[in-house]
Amino acid sequence: MPLAPANDEAAPARILGTVTADISRAERWEHFRCRMGGFRNSYIVEPGLYALGEPDANADVLVSANYKLSFDSLRRELSGLDAWILVLDTKGINVWCAAGKGTFGTEELIKRIVSSRLDSVVNHRRLMLPQLGAVGVKAAEVRRRTGFKVSFGPVRASDIPAYMNAGYRKTPGMGTVDFTMRDRLVLTPMELNPAMKRYYPWFAAGVLLLFGLQRDGILFSSAWNGALPFLLLGLIAVAAGALITPALLPYIPFRSFALKGLVAGYAAVLLATLIPVVSNSQDEILLRAVTFLFFPAASSYIALQFTGSTTYTGMSGVKKELRIGMPLYIGAAAISLLLLLVYKFNEWGVI
Amino acid sequence: MRYLANVTTLEYDVEKCTGCGRCVEVCPHGVFVMEEKRARITDRDRCMECGACSLNCEYGAISVDSGVGCAAAIITGMLTGGEPVCGCDGGGSSSSCC
Repeated sequence: MPLAPANDEAAPARILGTVTADISRAERWEHFRCRMGGFRNSYIVEPGLYALGEPDANADVLVSANYKLSFDSLRRELSGLDAWILVLDTKGINVWCAAGKGTFGTEELIKRIVSSRLDSVVNHRRLMLPQLGAVGVKAAEVRRRTGFKVSFGPVRASDIPAYMNAGYRKTPGMGTVDFTMRDRLVLTPMELNPAMKRYYPWFAAGVLLLFGLQRDGILFSSAWNGALPFLLLGLIAVAAGALITPALLPYIPFRSFALKGLVAGYAAVLLATLIPVVSNSQDEILLRAVTFLFFPAASSYIALQFTGSTTYTGMSGVKKELRIGMPLYIGAAAISLLLLLVYKFNEWGVI
Repeated sequence: MRYLANVTTLEYDVEKCTGCGRCVEVCPHGVFVMEEKRARITDRDRCMECGACSLNCEYGAISVDSGVGCAAAIITGMLTGGEPVCGCDGGGSSSSCC
């Protein structure tokens, strides 16, 4: 265990424990499950001060969130270093999102500095925060109220050793976020899960009901046979919006996410009409119209949701997209429903 | 990758700048650079309205209408008539966006 300075007899510093930079096999498996959404919201570390390796009173103090994925990526990248890690209570949310909400914020940081008695653990007054924490932490106020001087380090924990070696200076690349294909892909379960769990079952139930409804009751064979092309197209629209659009984001034309999703959706639906099950339904002009109206619109709507996961979209832009997009989505859904009802009435010989 | 042009609410008053360099330190998209001891905006359209610069500018030189750029949050805000709130901390819900 690290040695705290001698001046803490009256009120001992609160050091929660010692951690190492090694990520265990069990933790690696936890990280994977966490990404898949299994227990994303409960993967937390107890907030407070931790010793990484054997830090002394001169060792750096790094501030992190209590989301265990954030904490672990910091641990992993600090292999071979001795440092203090001050973990804030961000309710298990990563640094950037927590900073946006204010939980990784000025008040919480000051509270943890005081409650861990950090001033008695280290004899310097420097704190290193992840750069993205600057969204929630007002450095000048932290200094005024605690005496600790905040510097915002690199965006990525992996750049911390190089940043320290360079005399606590960032090279331009260390200070900017990027959004690689890998970054985007690890986030796609966040889009696929809600789309499949929340929207798809309702869509599937509606489609089955519509195709099953006959003049004399509900017929299961007609429900299945009639609905199958649409059920497939629904899956394809989800994949186009929640998987293909994020993965190929820079390669799909337009800056607008709604338009990117629409392009991906049209392309996917066009390809899907080559599948025999789907192409058989296309002889019917009304079903063909719904195919090319509803599903690309659904893909566009789902793609727009990915703005919540990106590192470069802003609120004003998303609002603009929604102002233009929402009436069109609602219109597309309403017209599609109308066309399907006309198709059904026609099938029943009502009109 | 770039998002929509001419939508950001970022405003910068060079007269109030003291050249402390915090904005350069905190901006995740390199919107600010130091030039002749003052900050200068390179490309406004790279701004994602995170608000780190305005929060950390002690001299009130920067303002931005910051908030979550998340469609789900904004739709919820539109429906409830309130501010866009990100649903990330709904315990156990699968709707979390970050």
